[in-house]
Amino acid sequence: MKGPGNIDLSRRDVLKLGAAATAAPMMTKAQQAAPDAAVVTTASLTVNGKTHALKLDTRTTLLDALREHLQLTGPKKGCDHGQCGACTVLVDGRRINSCLTLAVMHQRHRVTTIEGLGTPAKMHPMQAAFLKHDGFQCGYCTPGQICSAVAVLAEIKQGIPSHASKDLNASMQPTQSEIRERMSGNICRCGAYSNIIDAITEVAETKVST
Amino acid sequence: MRPFSYEQAATPAAAAAAAARNPDAKFIAGGTNLLDLMKLEIEKPAHLIDVNGLALDKIESTPDGGMRIGALVRNTDLAADARVRREYPLLSRALLAGASGQLRNSATTAGNLLQRTRCPYFYDTNQSCNKRDPGSGCAALQGFSRQLAVIGSSNSCIATHPSDMAIAMRALDATVETVQPDGAARKIPIADFHTLPGDTPHIENTLKRGELITAVTLPKAVGGKQLYHKVRDRSSYAFALVSVGVVVHPDGSGRVAVGGVAHKPWRVEAAETELPRGAKAVATRLLAGAKPTHDNEFKLTLVERTLEAVLAEARSAG
Repeated sequence: MKGPGNIDLSRRDVLKLGAAATAAPMMTKAQQAAPDAAVVTTASLTVNGKTHALKLDTRTTLLDALREHLQLTGPKKGCDHGQCGACTVLVDGRRINSCLTLAVMHQRHRVTTIEGLGTPAKMHPMQAAFLKHDGFQCGYCTPGQICSAVAVLAEIKQGIPSHASKDLNASMQPTQSEIRERMSGNICRCGAYSNIIDAITEVAETKVST
Repeated sequence: MRPFSYEQAATPAAAAAAAARNPDAKFIAGGTNLLDLMKLEIEKPAHLIDVNGLALDKIESTPDGGMRIGALVRNTDLAADARVRREYPLLSRALLAGASGQLRNSATTAGNLLQRTRCPYFYDTNQSCNKRDPGSGCAALQGFSRQLAVIGSSNSCIATHPSDMAIAMRALDATVETVQPDGAARKIPIADFHTLPGDTPHIENTLKRGELITAVTLPKAVGGKQLYHKVRDRSSYAFALVSVGVVVHPDGSGRVAVGGVAHKPWRVEAAETELPRGAKAVATRLLAGAKPTHDNEFKLTLVERTLEAVLAEARSAG
Protein backbone atom coordinates (compact mmCIF):
# COMPACT_ATOMS: atom_id res chain seq x y z
CA MET A 1 0.00 0.00 0.00
CA LYS A 2 1.35 3.41 -0.90
CA GLY A 3 0.22 6.68 0.49
CA PRO A 4 0.54 9.89 -1.54
CA GLY A 5 4.23 10.73 -1.77
CA ASN A 6 5.23 7.82 0.45
CA ILE A 7 7.37 4.99 -0.79
CA ASP A 8 5.78 2.57 1.60
CA LEU A 9 3.95 2.51 4.87
CA SER A 10 5.84 4.32 7.60
CA ARG A 11 6.07 2.95 11.11
CA ARG A 12 3.72 5.70 12.18
CA ASP A 13 1.11 4.59 9.63
CA VAL A 14 1.31 1.07 10.95
CA LEU A 15 0.81 2.37 14.47
CA LYS A 16 -2.11 4.49 13.30
CA LEU A 17 -3.82 1.54 11.65
CA GLY A 18 -3.23 -0.65 14.66
CA ALA A 19 -4.60 1.94 17.02
CA ALA A 20 -7.56 2.67 14.77
CA ALA A 21 -8.63 -0.91 15.00
CA THR A 22 -8.81 -0.57 18.77
CA ALA A 23 -10.12 3.00 18.83
CA ALA A 24 -13.57 2.12 20.08
CA PRO A 25 -12.64 0.83 23.54
CA MET A 26 -9.84 3.37 23.99
CA MET A 27 -11.47 5.35 26.76
CA THR A 28 -11.96 2.51 29.17
CA LYS A 29 -8.60 1.00 28.29
CA ALA A 30 -6.83 4.30 28.83
CA GLN A 31 -7.99 4.41 32.38
CA GLN A 32 -5.85 1.39 33.10
CA ALA A 33 -2.62 2.13 31.28
CA ALA A 34 -0.87 4.84 29.34
CA PRO A 35 -1.04 4.27 25.59
CA ASP A 36 2.38 3.36 24.23
CA ALA A 37 1.41 4.04 20.63
CA ALA A 38 -0.55 6.71 18.83
CA VAL A 39 -4.25 6.77 19.61
CA VAL A 40 -6.21 7.38 16.44
CA THR A 41 -9.73 8.66 16.39
CA THR A 42 -12.16 9.97 13.81
CA ALA A 43 -13.02 13.64 13.72
CA SER A 44 -15.23 15.80 11.59
CA LEU A 45 -13.89 19.29 10.87
CA THR A 46 -15.73 22.08 9.09
CA VAL A 47 -13.20 24.34 7.44
CA ASN A 48 -13.95 27.20 5.06
CA GLY A 49 -17.50 25.93 4.67
CA LYS A 50 -16.63 22.31 3.86
CA THR A 51 -16.95 19.41 6.28
CA HIS A 52 -14.24 16.77 6.27
CA ALA A 53 -14.14 13.38 8.01
CA LEU A 54 -10.62 12.73 9.21
CA LYS A 55 -8.74 9.97 10.96
CA LEU A 56 -6.44 11.72 13.39
CA ASP A 57 -3.87 10.91 16.01
CA THR A 58 -5.39 12.53 19.11
CA ARG A 59 -2.21 14.60 19.37
CA THR A 60 -2.92 16.40 16.10
CA THR A 61 -3.22 20.12 16.66
CA LEU A 62 -5.77 22.06 14.67
CA LEU A 63 -2.83 23.59 12.79
CA ASP A 64 -1.42 20.20 11.80
CA ALA A 65 -4.88 18.96 10.77
CA LEU A 66 -5.27 21.97 8.50
CA ARG A 67 -1.80 21.79 7.00
CA GLU A 68 -1.02 18.08 6.89
CA HIS A 69 -4.46 16.53 6.46
CA LEU A 70 -6.42 19.18 4.57
CA GLN A 71 -3.46 20.68 2.69
CA LEU A 72 -4.47 24.16 3.78
CA THR A 73 -0.97 25.54 4.12
CA GLY A 74 -2.00 29.16 4.59
CA PRO A 75 -1.80 28.92 8.39
CA LYS A 76 1.91 28.68 9.17
CA LYS A 77 3.86 26.86 11.83
CA GLY A 78 6.21 29.45 13.25
CA CYS A 79 7.00 28.71 16.88
CA ASP A 80 4.34 26.01 17.49
CA HIS A 81 3.97 27.41 21.03
CA GLY A 82 1.47 30.25 20.66
CA GLN A 83 4.11 32.94 20.76
CA CYS A 84 4.29 34.12 17.14
CA GLY A 85 0.73 34.13 15.81
CA ALA A 86 1.62 32.73 12.35
CA CYS A 87 -0.93 29.94 12.88
CA THR A 88 -3.84 32.29 13.65
CA VAL A 89 -7.18 31.11 12.24
CA LEU A 90 -10.78 32.00 13.02
CA VAL A 91 -12.92 29.54 14.95
CA ASP A 92 -16.58 30.54 14.93
CA GLY A 93 -15.31 33.96 13.90
CA ARG A 94 -12.85 34.33 16.80
CA ARG A 95 -9.11 34.31 16.27
CA ILE A 96 -7.07 31.67 18.07
CA ASN A 97 -3.62 30.09 17.83
CA SER A 98 -4.34 26.88 15.92
CA CYS A 99 -1.08 25.37 17.20
CA LEU A 100 -2.29 25.41 20.83
CA THR A 101 -5.51 23.50 20.40
CA LEU A 102 -6.36 19.95 19.38
CA ALA A 103 -8.25 19.24 16.18
CA VAL A 104 -10.58 16.84 18.02
CA MET A 105 -11.74 19.72 20.20
CA HIS A 106 -13.28 21.57 17.24
CA GLN A 107 -15.77 19.14 15.74
CA ARG A 108 -18.72 21.44 16.31
CA HIS A 109 -16.99 24.61 15.19
CA ARG A 110 -16.58 26.51 11.93
CA VAL A 111 -12.92 27.06 11.12
CA THR A 112 -11.84 29.78 8.70
CA THR A 113 -8.30 29.96 7.37
CA ILE A 114 -6.75 32.57 5.11
CA GLU A 115 -7.87 30.41 2.16
CA GLY A 116 -11.46 30.90 3.31
CA LEU A 117 -11.19 34.68 3.66
CA GLY A 118 -10.45 35.35 0.01
CA THR A 119 -8.86 34.07 -3.17
CA PRO A 120 -6.34 35.65 -5.54
CA ALA A 121 -9.24 36.46 -7.86
CA LYS A 122 -11.53 37.71 -5.10
CA MET A 123 -9.49 39.04 -2.25
CA HIS A 124 -10.79 39.95 1.17
CA PRO A 125 -10.46 43.74 1.70
CA MET A 126 -7.78 43.05 4.34
CA GLN A 127 -5.74 40.99 1.86
CA ALA A 128 -6.02 43.76 -0.72
CA ALA A 129 -4.97 46.37 1.85
CA PHE A 130 -1.90 44.32 2.89
CA LEU A 131 -0.88 44.17 -0.79
CA LYS A 132 -1.51 47.86 -1.35
CA HIS A 133 0.47 48.93 1.73
CA ASP A 134 3.24 46.36 1.37
CA GLY A 135 2.29 44.92 4.76
CA PHE A 136 4.85 42.12 4.53
CA GLN A 137 8.26 41.22 3.26
CA CYS A 138 8.89 37.47 3.33
CA GLY A 139 5.19 36.76 3.80
CA TYR A 140 5.49 33.92 6.29
CA CYS A 141 3.58 35.63 9.09
CA THR A 142 1.10 37.27 6.70
CA PRO A 143 -1.77 34.74 6.73
CA GLY A 144 -1.78 34.90 10.53
CA GLN A 145 -1.50 38.69 10.50
CA ILE A 146 -4.46 38.99 8.12
CA CYS A 147 -6.69 36.54 10.01
CA SER A 148 -5.80 38.34 13.23
CA ALA A 149 -6.42 41.78 11.69
CA VAL A 150 -9.86 40.79 10.42
CA ALA A 151 -10.75 39.60 13.93
CA VAL A 152 -9.27 42.71 15.56
CA LEU A 153 -11.64 44.96 13.63
CA ALA A 154 -14.55 42.70 14.53
CA GLU A 155 -13.53 42.81 18.22
CA ILE A 156 -13.38 46.61 18.15
CA LYS A 157 -16.78 46.72 16.48
CA GLN A 158 -18.19 44.40 19.17
CA GLY A 159 -16.87 46.76 21.84
CA ILE A 160 -14.34 44.32 23.33
CA PRO A 161 -11.83 46.44 25.28
CA SER A 162 -8.05 46.10 25.18
CA HIS A 163 -5.10 47.03 27.37
CA ALA A 164 -4.84 50.24 25.29
CA SER A 165 -8.44 51.31 25.95
CA LYS A 166 -8.40 54.32 28.27
CA ASP A 167 -12.07 53.97 29.21
CA LEU A 168 -13.31 50.41 29.60
CA ASN A 169 -16.91 51.52 29.17
CA ALA A 170 -16.58 53.81 26.14
CA SER A 171 -17.11 52.61 22.58
CA MET A 172 -13.91 51.21 21.10
CA GLN A 173 -12.16 52.98 18.22
CA PRO A 174 -9.63 51.53 15.75
CA THR A 175 -6.87 53.97 16.74
CA GLN A 176 -3.23 53.24 16.09
CA SER A 177 -2.53 52.43 19.73
CA GLU A 178 -5.53 50.07 19.85
CA ILE A 179 -4.43 48.24 16.69
CA ARG A 180 -0.82 47.96 17.87
CA GLU A 181 -1.88 46.51 21.22
CA ARG A 182 -4.43 44.13 19.75
CA MET A 183 -1.99 42.84 17.11
CA SER A 184 0.78 42.11 19.63
CA GLY A 185 0.22 38.36 19.35
CA ASN A 186 1.44 38.42 15.73
CA ILE A 187 5.18 38.72 15.33
CA CYS A 188 6.81 39.85 12.05
CA ARG A 189 10.52 39.13 11.88
CA CYS A 190 10.83 41.33 8.77
CA GLY A 191 9.46 44.23 10.78
CA ALA A 192 6.66 45.24 8.43
CA TYR A 193 4.66 46.51 11.38
CA SER A 194 4.15 50.10 10.26
CA ASN A 195 2.77 49.01 6.90
CA ILE A 196 0.61 46.37 8.58
CA ILE A 197 -0.92 49.08 10.74
CA ASP A 198 -1.48 51.26 7.65
CA ALA A 199 -3.28 48.37 5.95
CA ILE A 200 -5.50 47.61 8.94
CA THR A 201 -6.24 51.30 9.49
CA GLU A 202 -7.35 51.70 5.88
CA VAL A 203 -9.78 48.79 6.15
CA ALA A 204 -11.06 50.14 9.47
CA GLU A 205 -11.65 53.58 7.99
CA THR A 206 -13.35 52.17 4.91
CA LYS A 207 -15.65 50.16 7.12
CA VAL A 208 -16.49 53.17 9.27
CA SER A 209 -17.28 55.36 6.27
CA THR A 210 -19.51 52.83 4.51
CA MET B 1 4.26 14.83 22.63
CA ARG B 2 3.39 11.53 24.27
CA PRO B 3 0.37 9.59 22.99
CA PHE B 4 -2.83 10.04 24.95
CA SER B 5 -6.40 8.87 24.81
CA TYR B 6 -9.15 11.45 24.74
CA GLU B 7 -12.70 11.71 26.01
CA GLN B 8 -15.34 14.41 26.17
CA ALA B 9 -16.85 14.56 29.63
CA ALA B 10 -20.63 14.50 29.97
CA THR B 11 -21.02 16.26 33.32
CA PRO B 12 -18.65 18.04 35.72
CA ALA B 13 -18.99 15.24 38.27
CA ALA B 14 -18.31 12.60 35.60
CA ALA B 15 -15.22 14.53 34.55
CA ALA B 16 -13.98 14.65 38.14
CA ALA B 17 -14.69 10.95 38.65
CA ALA B 18 -12.86 10.06 35.42
CA ALA B 19 -9.85 12.12 36.50
CA ALA B 20 -9.82 10.51 39.94
CA ARG B 21 -9.81 7.02 38.39
CA ASN B 22 -6.80 7.76 36.21
CA PRO B 23 -3.84 9.43 37.93
CA ASP B 24 -2.30 10.16 34.52
CA ALA B 25 -5.35 12.08 33.28
CA LYS B 26 -5.60 15.84 32.87
CA PHE B 27 -8.52 18.11 32.12
CA ILE B 28 -8.23 20.18 28.96
CA ALA B 29 -10.20 23.37 28.34
CA GLY B 30 -8.46 26.18 26.43
CA GLY B 31 -5.30 24.08 26.22
CA THR B 32 -3.07 27.12 25.69
CA ASN B 33 -0.76 26.24 28.57
CA LEU B 34 -1.23 22.47 28.76
CA LEU B 35 -0.53 21.76 25.07
CA ASP B 36 2.49 24.04 25.15
CA LEU B 37 3.88 21.97 28.03
CA MET B 38 2.85 18.65 26.46
CA LYS B 39 4.84 19.46 23.33
CA LEU B 40 7.88 19.94 25.54
CA GLU B 41 7.01 16.75 27.45
CA ILE B 42 6.92 18.70 30.69
CA GLU B 43 3.30 17.60 31.00
CA LYS B 44 2.81 13.97 29.99
CA PRO B 45 -0.85 13.04 30.48
CA ALA B 46 -1.84 9.60 29.19
CA HIS B 47 -5.47 10.65 29.00
CA LEU B 48 -7.17 13.97 28.32
CA ILE B 49 -10.64 14.80 29.59
CA ASP B 50 -12.09 17.56 27.43
CA VAL B 51 -14.35 19.70 29.63
CA ASN B 52 -15.32 22.22 26.94
CA GLY B 53 -18.79 20.74 26.51
CA LEU B 54 -19.78 21.12 30.17
CA ALA B 55 -21.75 24.38 29.78
CA LEU B 56 -19.68 26.08 32.47
CA ASP B 57 -19.41 29.19 30.32
CA LYS B 58 -22.00 31.50 31.85
CA ILE B 59 -21.59 34.67 33.90
CA GLU B 60 -24.47 35.04 36.33
CA SER B 61 -25.51 37.22 39.25
CA THR B 62 -25.50 35.59 42.68
CA PRO B 63 -28.22 36.17 45.32
CA ASP B 64 -25.80 38.18 47.49
CA GLY B 65 -25.26 40.71 44.71
CA GLY B 66 -22.03 39.20 43.49
CA MET B 67 -21.17 37.29 40.37
CA ARG B 68 -20.55 33.67 39.41
CA ILE B 69 -18.11 33.20 36.56
CA GLY B 70 -18.23 29.77 34.93
CA ALA B 71 -14.92 27.92 34.81
CA LEU B 72 -15.02 27.91 31.00
CA VAL B 73 -15.70 31.61 30.48
CA ARG B 74 -12.95 32.71 28.11
CA ASN B 75 -10.62 35.49 29.25
CA THR B 76 -11.83 37.78 26.43
CA ASP B 77 -15.48 37.33 27.38
CA LEU B 78 -14.81 37.92 31.06
CA ALA B 79 -12.79 41.07 30.38
CA ALA B 80 -15.51 42.35 28.01
CA ASP B 81 -18.49 41.51 30.21
CA ALA B 82 -20.42 44.75 30.76
CA ARG B 83 -20.91 44.19 34.48
CA VAL B 84 -17.28 43.20 35.06
CA ARG B 85 -16.14 46.34 33.26
CA ARG B 86 -18.47 48.50 35.34
CA GLU B 87 -18.26 46.89 38.78
CA TYR B 88 -15.01 44.91 38.81
CA PRO B 89 -12.76 46.94 36.45
CA LEU B 90 -9.66 45.59 38.20
CA LEU B 91 -10.53 42.16 36.81
CA SER B 92 -10.99 43.47 33.25
CA ARG B 93 -7.74 45.42 33.45
CA ALA B 94 -5.75 42.46 34.76
CA LEU B 95 -7.12 40.12 32.09
CA LEU B 96 -6.39 42.58 29.30
CA ALA B 97 -2.83 43.02 30.53
CA GLY B 98 -2.16 39.32 29.99
CA ALA B 99 -1.28 37.24 26.92
CA SER B 100 -2.45 38.12 23.39
CA GLY B 101 -5.86 38.51 21.79
CA GLN B 102 -5.66 34.99 20.35
CA LEU B 103 -4.72 33.43 23.69
CA ARG B 104 -7.40 35.32 25.61
CA ASN B 105 -9.99 33.98 23.16
CA SER B 106 -9.05 30.39 24.11
CA ALA B 107 -7.88 30.63 27.71
CA THR B 108 -10.47 29.99 30.40
CA THR B 109 -11.09 31.38 33.87
CA ALA B 110 -10.21 28.11 35.63
CA GLY B 111 -7.26 27.42 33.34
CA ASN B 112 -5.88 30.87 34.04
CA LEU B 113 -5.80 30.08 37.78
CA LEU B 114 -4.06 26.77 37.05
CA GLN B 115 -1.34 28.16 34.80
CA ARG B 116 2.12 26.75 35.41
CA THR B 117 5.09 29.00 36.03
CA ARG B 118 7.14 30.45 33.17
CA CYS B 119 10.40 29.96 35.10
CA PRO B 120 12.98 29.23 32.36
CA TYR B 121 14.41 26.37 34.41
CA PHE B 122 10.99 24.72 34.59
CA TYR B 123 10.72 24.98 30.80
CA ASP B 124 14.25 23.76 30.04
CA THR B 125 14.14 20.00 30.50
CA ASN B 126 17.95 19.87 30.58
CA GLN B 127 17.94 21.78 33.87
CA SER B 128 17.11 20.50 37.32
CA CYS B 129 13.73 21.65 38.59
CA ASN B 130 11.92 20.46 41.70
CA LYS B 131 8.61 21.52 40.24
CA ARG B 132 8.99 19.51 37.03
CA ASP B 133 11.00 16.66 38.52
CA PRO B 134 10.61 16.58 42.33
CA GLY B 135 13.89 16.04 44.16
CA SER B 136 16.10 16.98 41.20
CA GLY B 137 17.10 20.36 42.65
CA CYS B 138 16.54 23.95 41.55
CA ALA B 139 18.88 25.31 38.89
CA ALA B 140 17.25 28.72 39.18
CA LEU B 141 18.71 29.33 42.66
CA GLN B 142 22.19 29.77 41.19
CA GLY B 143 20.94 30.77 37.75
CA PHE B 144 19.38 33.67 35.93
CA SER B 145 16.68 34.75 38.35
CA ARG B 146 15.73 38.25 37.22
CA GLN B 147 12.10 37.19 36.54
CA LEU B 148 11.72 35.00 39.61
CA ALA B 149 10.24 35.21 43.09
CA VAL B 150 11.43 37.52 45.83
CA ILE B 151 9.12 36.44 48.63
CA GLY B 152 7.52 33.24 49.92
CA SER B 153 10.08 31.21 48.00
CA SER B 154 12.09 28.31 49.41
CA ASN B 155 15.38 26.52 48.91
CA SER B 156 13.46 24.18 46.60
CA CYS B 157 11.84 26.72 44.28
CA ILE B 158 11.85 30.41 43.41
CA ALA B 159 9.24 30.26 40.64
CA THR B 160 6.45 32.83 40.32
CA HIS B 161 2.81 32.36 39.46
CA PRO B 162 2.37 33.96 36.04
CA SER B 163 -1.31 34.94 36.10
CA ASP B 164 -2.51 38.54 35.94
CA MET B 165 -6.15 37.53 36.40
CA ALA B 166 -5.36 35.78 39.69
CA ILE B 167 -3.97 39.03 41.15
CA ALA B 168 -7.33 40.70 40.57
CA MET B 169 -9.22 37.67 41.89
CA ARG B 170 -7.13 37.78 45.07
CA ALA B 171 -7.74 41.51 45.58
CA LEU B 172 -11.47 41.03 44.94
CA ASP B 173 -11.76 38.13 47.45
CA ALA B 174 -12.91 35.58 44.88
CA THR B 175 -13.96 32.05 45.81
CA VAL B 176 -13.14 28.99 43.72
CA GLU B 177 -16.03 26.55 43.38
CA THR B 178 -15.30 22.93 42.57
CA VAL B 179 -16.88 19.54 42.17
CA GLN B 180 -15.14 16.53 43.66
CA PRO B 181 -15.03 13.00 42.24
CA ASP B 182 -17.88 11.92 44.53
CA GLY B 183 -20.02 14.73 43.14
CA ALA B 184 -19.80 16.93 46.25
CA ALA B 185 -19.22 20.64 45.76
CA ARG B 186 -16.56 22.62 47.60
CA LYS B 187 -15.74 26.31 47.96
CA ILE B 188 -12.14 27.44 48.36
CA PRO B 189 -11.36 31.09 49.17
CA ILE B 190 -8.81 32.33 46.63
CA ALA B 191 -6.42 33.13 49.51
CA ASP B 192 -6.30 29.39 50.30
CA PHE B 193 -6.20 28.19 46.69
CA HIS B 194 -2.60 28.74 45.58
CA THR B 195 0.19 27.40 47.77
CA LEU B 196 3.77 28.40 48.53
CA PRO B 197 6.48 26.08 47.22
CA GLY B 198 7.98 24.89 50.50
CA ASP B 199 9.65 21.56 49.79
CA THR B 200 6.81 20.46 47.47
CA PRO B 201 6.89 23.00 44.63
CA HIS B 202 5.21 20.51 42.28
CA ILE B 203 2.04 21.13 44.34
CA GLU B 204 0.67 24.52 43.33
CA ASN B 205 -2.86 24.61 44.75
CA THR B 206 -5.17 22.91 47.22
CA LEU B 207 -7.27 21.00 44.66
CA LYS B 208 -7.60 17.30 45.45
CA ARG B 209 -7.05 14.56 42.93
CA GLY B 210 -9.76 14.68 40.29
CA GLU B 211 -11.35 17.84 41.69
CA LEU B 212 -12.65 20.10 38.91
CA ILE B 213 -13.12 23.87 39.12
CA THR B 214 -16.69 24.71 38.08
CA ALA B 215 -16.80 28.45 38.76
CA VAL B 216 -15.17 31.42 40.40
CA THR B 217 -17.45 33.70 42.39
CA LEU B 218 -16.97 37.31 43.34
CA PRO B 219 -18.69 38.94 46.31
CA LYS B 220 -20.77 42.09 45.84
CA ALA B 221 -18.69 44.79 44.16
CA VAL B 222 -16.69 46.92 46.60
CA GLY B 223 -16.47 50.04 44.40
CA GLY B 224 -13.52 52.41 44.78
CA LYS B 225 -10.90 53.18 42.18
CA GLN B 226 -9.65 49.92 40.71
CA LEU B 227 -6.37 49.92 38.82
CA TYR B 228 -3.86 47.37 37.57
CA HIS B 229 -0.33 48.32 36.58
CA LYS B 230 1.92 45.76 34.97
CA VAL B 231 5.63 46.42 34.53
CA ARG B 232 7.26 44.23 31.90
CA ASP B 233 10.08 44.14 29.37
CA ARG B 234 7.71 44.77 26.41
CA SER B 235 4.67 47.02 26.51
CA SER B 236 2.41 44.17 25.40
CA TYR B 237 2.31 40.38 25.41
CA ALA B 238 4.93 39.70 28.10
CA PHE B 239 4.82 38.34 31.63
CA ALA B 240 5.13 40.74 34.53
CA LEU B 241 8.33 41.68 36.23
CA VAL B 242 6.00 43.18 38.79
CA SER B 243 2.30 43.95 38.68
CA VAL B 244 0.18 45.82 41.19
CA GLY B 245 -3.59 45.67 41.48
CA VAL B 246 -5.37 48.06 43.81
CA VAL B 247 -8.79 49.03 45.06
CA VAL B 248 -8.66 52.49 46.63
CA HIS B 249 -11.63 54.03 48.44
CA PRO B 250 -12.25 57.77 48.86
CA ASP B 251 -11.24 57.57 52.54
CA GLY B 252 -7.82 56.24 51.55
CA SER B 253 -8.42 52.67 52.64
CA GLY B 254 -8.14 49.87 50.10
CA ARG B 255 -6.61 46.64 48.94
CA VAL B 256 -3.32 45.76 47.30
CA ALA B 257 -2.32 42.54 45.53
CA VAL B 258 0.98 42.07 43.74
CA GLY B 259 2.05 39.76 40.93
CA GLY B 260 5.42 38.65 39.61
CA VAL B 261 6.93 38.34 43.07
CA ALA B 262 5.80 35.01 44.51
CA HIS B 263 4.54 31.48 43.89
CA LYS B 264 1.02 32.83 44.34
CA PRO B 265 -0.79 36.16 44.10
CA TRP B 266 0.80 38.17 46.90
CA ARG B 267 -1.52 40.00 49.25
CA VAL B 268 -0.99 40.79 52.93
CA GLU B 269 -4.17 42.26 54.38
CA ALA B 270 -2.29 43.75 57.35
CA ALA B 271 -0.14 45.81 54.97
CA GLU B 272 -3.26 47.48 53.58
CA THR B 273 -3.80 49.27 56.89
CA GLU B 274 -0.67 51.27 55.96
CA LEU B 275 -2.32 52.71 52.81
CA PRO B 276 -2.98 56.16 54.35
CA ARG B 277 0.77 56.37 55.05
CA GLY B 278 1.69 55.79 51.42
CA ALA B 279 3.37 53.29 49.15
CA LYS B 280 6.61 52.90 51.07
CA ALA B 281 4.82 51.98 54.27
CA VAL B 282 2.61 49.47 52.47
CA ALA B 283 5.45 47.93 50.47
CA THR B 284 7.66 47.58 53.54
CA ARG B 285 5.02 45.54 55.33
CA LEU B 286 3.86 43.70 52.20
CA LEU B 287 7.38 42.53 51.40
CA ALA B 288 8.65 41.96 54.93
CA GLY B 289 10.79 38.83 54.99
CA ALA B 290 11.55 38.97 51.27
CA LYS B 291 14.57 36.97 50.15
CA PRO B 292 15.47 38.31 46.72
CA THR B 293 18.43 37.13 44.70
CA HIS B 294 21.11 39.48 43.42
CA ASP B 295 19.34 39.41 40.03
CA ASN B 296 15.86 40.30 41.25
CA GLU B 297 16.28 42.51 44.32
CA PHE B 298 15.25 45.41 42.08
CA LYS B 299 11.71 44.04 42.30
CA LEU B 300 11.41 45.27 45.89
CA THR B 301 11.97 48.86 44.78
CA LEU B 302 9.86 48.29 41.70
CA VAL B 303 6.86 47.15 43.75
CA GLU B 304 7.06 50.26 45.93
CA ARG B 305 7.42 52.62 42.96
CA THR B 306 4.69 50.92 40.93
CA LEU B 307 2.38 51.09 43.93
CA GLU B 308 3.22 54.78 44.35
CA ALA B 309 2.36 55.38 40.69
CA VAL B 310 -0.91 53.47 40.99
CA LEU B 311 -1.92 55.31 44.15
CA ALA B 312 -1.13 58.65 42.50
CA GLU B 313 -3.30 57.68 39.56
CA ALA B 314 -6.09 56.56 41.87
CA ARG B 315 -6.00 59.95 43.61
CA SER B 316 -6.05 61.86 40.33
CA ALA B 317 -8.55 59.72 38.42
CA GLY B 318 -11.92 61.41 38.08
